[in-house]
Amino acid sequence: MSGYLGDVAALARKDLRLELRARDTLPAMLLFVLATLVVFHFAMPADAGDDPAYGLLWVALVFTSLLGLARAWVPEREAGALDGLVLAPTDRSAIWLGKTIASLAFLGAAEVVAIPAFVLFFAPLDAHALAGVVLASVGICAVGSLVSAMAAASRGREVLLPLIFLPLVIPIVVGGVGATISEEPGKFLAFLGLYDAVFAILSWAAFEYVVTE
Amino acid sequence: MAEAPIVTARAVERSYGARRVLRGVSFDLARGDALLVTGANGSGKTTLLRLLVGLAVPSRGTIDVALHRSRLGFVGHEPLVYRELTALENLDLYGRLYRVPERRERIGMLLERFGLWDARGERVSAFSRGMTQRLGLCRALLHEPELLVLDEPHSALDTQGAGLLDQELESLAGQSTLVVATHEPERLERVATASLSLGTT
Amino acid sequence: MTKPSLTLLASAAGALAALAVALIFFVAPEDADQGLSQKIFYVHVPIALTAYACFGLAAWKAFRLLTTRGERYDLESYSGVHQGTIFGALTLVTGSIWAKASWGVWWTWSSNQLVLFLVLFLFYCAYFMLRYSIEPGPRRERISAVYALFGVALVPVSFLAIRLASDFIHPTVFTRDGPQMTGKMFTAFCVSWAAITLLAYVMYRVELAGKRTDANLRELREALVS
Repeated sequence: MSGYLGDVAALARKDLRLELRARDTLPAMLLFVLATLVVFHFAMPADAGDDPAYGLLWVALVFTSLLGLARAWVPEREAGALDGLVLAPTDRSAIWLGKTIASLAFLGAAEVVAIPAFVLFFAPLDAHALAGVVLASVGICAVGSLVSAMAAASRGREVLLPLIFLPLVIPIVVGGVGATISEEPGKFLAFLGLYDAVFAILSWAAFEYVVTE
Repeated sequence: MAEAPIVTARAVERSYGARRVLRGVSFDLARGDALLVTGANGSGKTTLLRLLVGLAVPSRGTIDVALHRSRLGFVGHEPLVYRELTALENLDLYGRLYRVPERRERIGMLLERFGLWDARGERVSAFSRGMTQRLGLCRALLHEPELLVLDEPHSALDTQGAGLLDQELESLAGQSTLVVATHEPERLERVATASLSLGTT
Repeated sequence: MTKPSLTLLASAAGALAALAVALIFFVAPEDADQGLSQKIFYVHVPIALTAYACFGLAAWKAFRLLTTRGERYDLESYSGVHQGTIFGALTLVTGSIWAKASWGVWWTWSSNQLVLFLVLFLFYCAYFMLRYSIEPGPRRERISAVYALFGVALVPVSFLAIRLASDFIHPTVFTRDGPQMTGKMFTAFCVSWAAITLLAYVMYRVELAGKRTDANLRELREALVS
């Protein structure tokens, strides 16, 4: 694979390799999502029914992804590697795409644990819900990679990322919950697809301006 | 018939908010020139070098570099590598991004030249500061840049590494264009064709 | 194209506002169902529209900044976001008052407009947190601009989301038909809208002038010191 996609693949591979070695982000995400689900059990009244639990699944996913996204650009910051990538002849959008794909892999791995745990603890999930999880994850990682890079350029990093991330993912939560509990999941899935298309393209095009002067 | 200059800087200024770091810098560089940039700490050397490679833009004035960024090499205060990747993996990644032809051979050659061949499979986090800096130099030289910009490269190097760097610079002199910010201009007397002193006048 | 003087614009805004008040209270007929409290509609809707306009202006200036690198666009975009946030907050306040007057509650999730503004308000408040945690310079300008552009993309997407969400999140207990506006009501509405838009523009210009003066002052101080 050569050219643009080859660069993206090389960058994504690099992130996967780094995580496999350091093994700090993914285990944290797995533990966090499980702990959150347990907290939710205690936080809900006994007769709450299934619907609130479905809503809380999405809260758990969003906050777990925040955990991963907060660490997304740390390897690049450590020894100035981001400067190295920006200086390279690579399209800057390829840097974003590689990071997004890697983040998606990590979030997906966390979901592989979270979804069965949720089904075990709370309630079953149908195909529409799972499709919603997939589509929502794409949107979360697309927007999250960009926004995380913005936060990385600032001083108040840890507290800033949730502030700029959460308003942007409110539509994703709506789409996801709708796909899970509504009688017409199709239109919520379509909405998630729309969100993904709009914000992925925006993030892809705008990343250049976030990492250069 | 003089060739057009590779670098043209005119009245370059750079401020960070209210803090002006560079003021009124102008110079030309032709192919093969070697410019030494000197000045006290905080005089704007690092800023000027970052402006040259495009990591920053001037607040006022212009800097024109007649080269695509694929032809630029840069070593800043940081080595621009990934700490948890091995030397080989780092160079392989950059070699791929810079489309270096026959990159395995070139990587091998550079690692040998800078004495890192034996450590090629170790992660950068295990390197000494000197080794890390040498790896940064390998990264900058990987794609045979036409303009090489180095920010105080000797400061992080041990004696052996510094010697290797001097050798490399002498072999590049006259072919590539060099800009080196340094506290030891005497080291590079033989290669330098011009010098620029920054700071209060 | 010389900009009309600020005093002229401010006087015009004041005059229009006075006219609007007169029209709203003395000319436009009272609503049969909601009575006097319905009058807040004349203020609430224009304020909301003005907030959208400010965010749109900010996004346009942001776009210009990214594509042309013109220096002036950063402050203009910032001022747009600032005014938009102020008017957004006012939208929430007037909307809340209207909700209390109409339905007896200070907040309701079934007013799509209100919920949308809450999301936008959160988003644009974060703009300031983001902006002021980055050092002044080209990076801050560009990141602010990208964020402002994301804001206008968020508006239609959020609106759609909220529309979809109302299906299952909260049953629509309260309905509010858009007022069928008679001629007099329409006139009052338009005058009020013009007054509020002009007021927003004046505030925008004032803020911009203030920020520009600050920047010039800083530059002068720097030049004197060196």
